[in-house]
Amino acid sequence: MSILVILEQQASQWHRMSWETLAAGQQLGAALDEPVDAAVVGKGVGALANEAAAKKLAKVWAVEHDLLDSYTADGYAVALEHLIQKTQPKLVLFPHTYQVRDFAPKLATRFSQVLVSDVIAARVDAGTLTLVRQFFQGKLSGDVRVSGEGPVFASLQAGAWRADTLESGSAGVQAFTPVLDAAQIRQKPETPFREAARAVDLTAAEIIVSVGRGIREQSNLPVVEDLAKAFGAELAASRPICDAGWLPMERQVGSSGQTVAPKLYVAVGISGAIQHLVGMKGAKTIVAINKDPNAPIFEVADYGIVGDLFEVAPALAAEVRKAKG
Amino acid sequence: MKIIVAIKQVPMRDSALHPAASGKWIDEADLSFEINEPDAYALEEALQLKEKHGGEVVVLCAGPERAVQTIREALAKGADRAIHIETDALASLDTLGVAKLLAAAVAPEKPDLILTGLQSDDLGAGQTGVVMAELLGFPHSTIIMQVEAREAGIRVKRELENGWFQHIEIPLPAVLAMQSGSNKLRYATLMGIKKAKTKEIRRVTPAELGGTAAAVATIEKVYLPQKSKQTQIFQGDAKTAAAQLVEKLKFEARVL
Repeated sequence: MSILVILEQQASQWHRMSWETLAAGQQLGAALDEPVDAAVVGKGVGALANEAAAKKLAKVWAVEHDLLDSYTADGYAVALEHLIQKTQPKLVLFPHTYQVRDFAPKLATRFSQVLVSDVIAARVDAGTLTLVRQFFQGKLSGDVRVSGEGPVFASLQAGAWRADTLESGSAGVQAFTPVLDAAQIRQKPETPFREAARAVDLTAAEIIVSVGRGIREQSNLPVVEDLAKAFGAELAASRPICDAGWLPMERQVGSSGQTVAPKLYVAVGISGAIQHLVGMKGAKTIVAINKDPNAPIFEVADYGIVGDLFEVAPALAAEVRKAKG
Repeated sequence: MKIIVAIKQVPMRDSALHPAASGKWIDEADLSFEINEPDAYALEEALQLKEKHGGEVVVLCAGPERAVQTIREALAKGADRAIHIETDALASLDTLGVAKLLAAAVAPEKPDLILTGLQSDDLGAGQTGVVMAELLGFPHSTIIMQVEAREAGIRVKRELENGWFQHIEIPLPAVLAMQSGSNKLRYATLMGIKKAKTKEIRRVTPAELGGTAAAVATIEKVYLPQKSKQTQIFQGDAKTAAAQLVEKLKFEARVL
């Protein structure tokens, strides 16, 4: 019995959430008194496995196969199914990435289990594990318990554990070659691409004014454009605004857009779904303007005004101009 | 192409939510419900595929009696017929339990394609489509923006992180979890609403689908999130609140 942490890499580059997940694995390993293993999946991942082995772990599995060169849901599910059958872990942890969302539910199903996804915290009381996740786009939290045969599968939300708490050590690397046949892999992936070069680099902006669904209509955008002008800020948006074509995709902040860390982030009419929060919670100072006092955006905000943005935004623009002289 | 669209009815987006007395789920008494938004995009994609390639669009929905309203709206938008797995116990099932019911209802239909939204706005597990695919033995892909029919199978555009995308070819039958926002949603026409009244909604019970499996993942308790940060909220009318905020931004946060 052990804890198995699945690390994510693409083209020999780590996904940064891999280290957060490893830190969670170490903490839960200590709480549950279980050894912690990590696994890296792909082709030619030896160097990455060696890097992971410099952390405090029992073992690092280098899960390698020619058919794992490009990610496919089928390939990863079969490879990890075999590794889990061999190692019989009690708990399998993943970073909650787009890739994990694609294959981990399938993998868990093969063990008659359910992936507990997007977990934000975990508690161990008298050897019993409770996983905390969000419901209703972050409006409620909930405690989840898992029973049944087979391991507990959980994917962990970005930023929920801190990579800088990782303990160093020296683990052995062991190669694992899953039995994999080309006929088992039904998805045929092509080379990843970007739509277009980004003309707007939000990551360089010192101040960002960002707009969400609360703006209601495209014709209302001048309200926030003027606020951005008053602050001398770049204008950004949450996903629904860019999906609707009201602002270009390159101005989107969040897991599918840009990740920003300005000194000031003003969220106007943004409820704060986790997909948005992961893209901006690193901002030094966060201001939220929203009519719903329970909107999740207020959980990360330093300052807030609960009210109608169509009244607050113009008033704020006027006050900012006054303050700047 | 025969397409099944799995949809879910969820509380309306702006609902005020409160834990129920049991503490295990929300109090649904005063809520209004609507189609789960990502599922609305899955339905739109299905209707567009039918317009291009012909075939049939069948709506599949598990939920209590009230879900009929959402099913009718999907029929009014152009779906041909519907299967309603009628159950009051949806909240007591886990993803695997729900996916087993959906898969059992889908299997005899022998569809070419199953579409669903990538996650629900209430539970947000984001797994039902993938688990259903595994149970049916179908290939799948998730976070899909576009679907093109090919001679053998389909080619989809999948969203990756940080503004990257990828095309993937998949044979049929397959399950796709659709991303929101890639199409413009249509409204039901008056004619559509009228026609929907005569379209078939076949009701099945969980018992007819082999019964429900005991949940392996259970929600013990739901509650309002604990705040990680102390937020200073400014009160008063807009002008007063804005003036207080600017004062803080200038002298406390020093960002102006």
